[in-house]
Amino acid sequence: MLASLNARALVLSLVLLAVFLGLWEAASPKQNISGELTEYELLMGGAEPKAAVPPPSAVIGKAWEELRNPFYDAGPNDKGIGIQIGYSLYRVLSGYFLAAALAIPVGFLIGMSPLMYKALDPFIQVLRPISPLAWMPLALFVIQDSQASAIFVIFICSIWPMLINTAFGVAGVRKDWVNVARTHELGPFKTAWIVILPAAAPTILTGMRISIGIAWLVIVAAEMLVGGTGIGYYVWNEWNNLDLTSVVFSILMIGVVGMLLDTAFAYCARLVQYQE
Amino acid sequence: MSTPFLSVQNLTKRFQAPKGGESLTVFENVNLGIEKGEFVCIIGHSGCGKSTILNILAGLDEPSDGAVIMNGKEVSGPSLDRGIVFQNYSLLPWLSALKNVTFAVQARYKSWSKKQVHDHSMKYLEMVGLAGGAELRKPSQLSGGMRQRVSIARAFAIQPELLLLDEPFGALDALTRGSIQDELIRIWSGSDQTVFMITHDVDEAILLADRILLMTNGPYARVAESVQVEIERPRERANIIHHPDYYDIRNHLVEFLATRSRELAGKQDDDANSAPKVVRFGANAGAEISSETGSKSGTRKRAVNRAD
Ligand SMILES: Nc1ncnc2c1ncn2[C@@H]1O[C@H](COP(=O)(O)OP(=O)(O)OP(=O)(O)O)[C@@H](O)[C@H]1O
Ligand SMILES: [Mg+2]
Repeated sequence: MLASLNARALVLSLVLLAVFLGLWEAASPKQNISGELTEYELLMGGAEPKAAVPPPSAVIGKAWEELRNPFYDAGPNDKGIGIQIGYSLYRVLSGYFLAAALAIPVGFLIGMSPLMYKALDPFIQVLRPISPLAWMPLALFVIQDSQASAIFVIFICSIWPMLINTAFGVAGVRKDWVNVARTHELGPFKTAWIVILPAAAPTILTGMRISIGIAWLVIVAAEMLVGGTGIGYYVWNEWNNLDLTSVVFSILMIGVVGMLLDTAFAYCARLVQYQE
Repeated sequence: MSTPFLSVQNLTKRFQAPKGGESLTVFENVNLGIEKGEFVCIIGHSGCGKSTILNILAGLDEPSDGAVIMNGKEVSGPSLDRGIVFQNYSLLPWLSALKNVTFAVQARYKSWSKKQVHDHSMKYLEMVGLAGGAELRKPSQLSGGMRQRVSIARAFAIQPELLLLDEPFGALDALTRGSIQDELIRIWSGSDQTVFMITHDVDEAILLADRILLMTNGPYARVAESVQVEIERPRERANIIHHPDYYDIRNHLVEFLATRSRELAGKQDDDANSAPKVVRFGANAGAEISSETGSKSGTRKRAVNRAD
């Protein structure tokens, strides 16, 4: 029954995809079979292929072309999609893990100590709602390096969900379990390692998963601003070239990579899940 | 008068009511003495504060007033010298049954090798009938009774001086309950461990205990009586009911729970140093004395005449 549900869902997904692509294809203007051009159209540059949303067939063709050789490098404005995504992933992951290295220990501290919680809470509440891109000018000025600034922006946007979830998870560890640690005279580090961390791990992982999602959202915007390399820059560059086929293709790639990142974290979350 | 191994002095626990209302005095001026090696059960109605006393003995909770002294030192926090079987098992759900025991054994015997820790833990898990695969399962994959047995194995495996058991056999079927009771008695007889156990089962208390403490209903509960069980050991589940004292003791306990726990309830006047009234049956009957803190039976002979 379950298998057949999955099979039916798959069939339905494929049907929806086919219908969507069919409608899209049909709605796309056919560019090169238009007959005579009016003088007006000629004046407006109608002889050139018009920048229009490309039909799916063109996008698929583009995807085939790009994915066959994703890592070519033909100068600063012509790099393979794989290289661009690689740059983006590098920035996302370095900013993200720097954030984790800070947020998880600080979250532990806040979760364990009501004093630290009360003391740090106002800062968190003010800093958290700031759009990560708002930091960009300041980062560019202070760091003086666009690469590092992009990483900093990722760092600052990933920190909050991890910090808050870690603090929340640690503070919410059942008192019974903490008592088990106490009656066995576990020191603070053993207690953290044997009891608190595993108990809070599902909540922490949820925070990490939210953070990686946000980081992937933000990197595209950040790279559009700082330029140079990365998938965000690629989208913007192709838009400037009016190559909408590449734009649509890279939008799809952003979605696919985001999904893969989320799936990886969902898998990790399952590993630390426990049932009470 | 020598101080007993474990001495509870004027123990009082109040819980602050939320929003500054009247605070709840669970119990007040509880005085007890427990000798080394003694097996003591405590009986009282639900909510009278038994678990609260046990948590204070464990060092997990602080009294509002009074003190607990063990081995001449005031109890000021939890210690591996006091092993606990919690009322709700308190197993760590992300660890297998075996790991729930090994981490405790490792904490107790820090110098042991992995293998020693494993073998020692398995010995106790087998003792409670959890082996052959069940020890590798997580608590959520075990029945309530099996979880309770893991928690018993964990407490026994660290071989504490004082075992604190909070209704340890509550979730067990009669057969398992019987065999673990036997196991508990066997472990206790072969060591100089002291046991303080909460139970709701009067027959279990008579079968196991040297002394049964009776608690009145809360609030302002106290330990009103201390009933000596002088039935010689080893006690057999099947024959103990034929012992001449058995029904006298049993009736006394049941009658206390049915009526006197209620009649004696309520705030006491100023008898801050009052000790529970000692009640004896059989040969020593009539020797009902309101003794000073502690029992008169410090010289209890422990019968270790097992069949083997
Ligand atoms: N943290 C707390 N805050 C306020 N009141 C509490 C708290 N813990 C326990 N109490 C109260 O103290 C009383 C005694 O509780 P306790 O758990 O010791 O009862 P018990 O004798 O073990 O009952 P049972 O046999 O049902 O386990 C109860 O009335 C309970 O409501
Ligand atoms: Mg209780």
